[in-house]
Amino acid sequence: MTALERYQDPQAIQRVLHTARTIAVVGLSGNELRASHFVGLYLKRRGYRVIPVNPRETEVFGETSYASLSDVPEPVDVVNVFRAPEALPEIAREAVAIDAGVLWCQFGVINEEGAQIAQDGGMTVVMDRCLKVEHARYLGRMHWFGFNTGRVTSVRGEVQ
Amino acid sequence: MTERGDRAGDGRTFGFETRQLHAGQRIDPNTGARAVPIFQTTSYVFEDPDAAAAYFNLQEYGNTYSRIMNPTVAVFEERVASLEGGCGAVAFASGIAAQAAALFTLLAPGDHVVSSSALYGGTVNQLKHLLGKMSVELTWVDPDDPEAWRQAVRPNTKAFFGETIGNPGGNVLDLEAVASVAHDHDLPLIVDNTFATPYLCRPIEWGADIVIHSATKFMGGHGTSIGGVVVEAGTFDWSNGRFAVVADPSPAYHGLRFHETFGMYGYLMKLRAETLRDLGGTLAPLNAFLFLQGLETLSLRMERHVANALAVASYLESHELASNVTHPGLPGSAYRPLVEKYLPRGAGAVFSFDCAGGRNGGQELIRGVTLWSHLANVGDAKSLIIHPASTTHRQLSDVELEAAGVRPGTVRLSVGTESVEDLIWDLENGFARVR
Repeated sequence: MTALERYQDPQAIQRVLHTARTIAVVGLSGNELRASHFVGLYLKRRGYRVIPVNPRETEVFGETSYASLSDVPEPVDVVNVFRAPEALPEIAREAVAIDAGVLWCQFGVINEEGAQIAQDGGMTVVMDRCLKVEHARYLGRMHWFGFNTGRVTSVRGEVQ
Repeated sequence: MTERGDRAGDGRTFGFETRQLHAGQRIDPNTGARAVPIFQTTSYVFEDPDAAAAYFNLQEYGNTYSRIMNPTVAVFEERVASLEGGCGAVAFASGIAAQAAALFTLLAPGDHVVSSSALYGGTVNQLKHLLGKMSVELTWVDPDDPEAWRQAVRPNTKAFFGETIGNPGGNVLDLEAVASVAHDHDLPLIVDNTFATPYLCRPIEWGADIVIHSATKFMGGHGTSIGGVVVEAGTFDWSNGRFAVVADPSPAYHGLRFHETFGMYGYLMKLRAETLRDLGGTLAPLNAFLFLQGLETLSLRMERHVANALAVASYLESHELASNVTHPGLPGSAYRPLVEKYLPRGAGAVFSFDCAGGRNGGQELIRGVTLWSHLANVGDAKSLIIHPASTTHRQLSDVELEAAGVRPGTVRLSVGTESVEDLIWDLENGFARVR
């Protein structure tokens, strides 16, 4: 198992998708062409409460954007990071401080120190994975676009 | 959210034979249908205007219009992606349409492509004439010489193109060596894997970036339907500075940067949302269903195809009226080392030989057989025979013909799954007319 695979366990990922309700998206852009906007909007449309955390925005999707995680006035289940990898240790410390359960770092947001801080603080860490892709893989409709979900099952699922 | 769904996604890597039956299918939640339903529909009712907007903006995976996506076609696409080890796939109405779309997605006028000269005649036409019309330059190289690939690279080169097993010359491409040259120059290697199928060879495992198939052939396997598919590995860096057409804001999709926004899925998203949308060439749902039926038995058929092909090739090799048997799996083939490396389960079932008597000899042989079908296709479960110089390769000049491994007496075989002694008996009847 490579260092990264420790943070990409399919069981852990599915647990997060099933149990999370509130997701703080750090670095969520108001520009609808940015990847963070695609992911945030997708999660909101799939029923999660999405809280923007970005000092450069005042409001995204009609929700107040907070300057930092410590400003968010409600409990957060998942901290979803769209920032440069070097910003991760500080974000991880804040995530532990607000008692969030999961630190989810998007494609390329790889920083071992940040992951270690979050794990030492009792958090589940997912790294170099996209929250939208993983949701679409296990609970969504990614297969409608011919993408390889890696899933093989003969179980009759629920209407999506 | 069901417990049972969790159990099914435990990250297990399933075997090839399991995936050729199951990959890509979700049991239809409404009906429980075990077979893949044929969704014979042009279009899809939206839940509400917000959902429709999210689908058209590609913010959510949703069905809009069957020119661009269809649930039956999607099962075929994911199944092929799974078997090839790619991140996804997009299906087309033919192999040639798939190939054109794969190229158009990454090329712009003034670009340059380096291609193996040992190709299917239809591909030669497409690369030379269609791409030429689009002001794309082309250099043919001897596929067996990695150095020739390297020397052909120019500043405007955008891709390498080759076939796993050349049609009909039987050249086996040194995938790892050619991929390595491509990657040295930040270029993708595109491989037509039609003749090998993912059961015999998976080019992505050797460094190929894009794999193309004519599904018409062994995938469908029964000669019923025309179709094609493009698979991407998902590992090529389209933002390396060479591919503005993939990485830059797209004027055809309100400024979307496909590679930045969709990451490893960016090329395929662009292939679907722009190229398939704008070229058409959509695979019909019924054809996708028939290809899925074929894929369910792919490994079983290929085992039989390669065994029969090797037996027929060995028979021809010792026949006084046959020469130049191009089956790369024969012990004397120059491609043996590459076959052992890339095609350990068998070197396919399509090859050629030269019939004594030149053009006339080849035609007399075809007149004399009654079990082999004389037609322009390969990869059917039924055995097929053709004379390339007067059919599939007739648009090529003598020089191009020679480069493609075709001579006046060359006869191409696609060995089926019949009783092999019947196939040999029938060829012997054909040779009786040549004597």
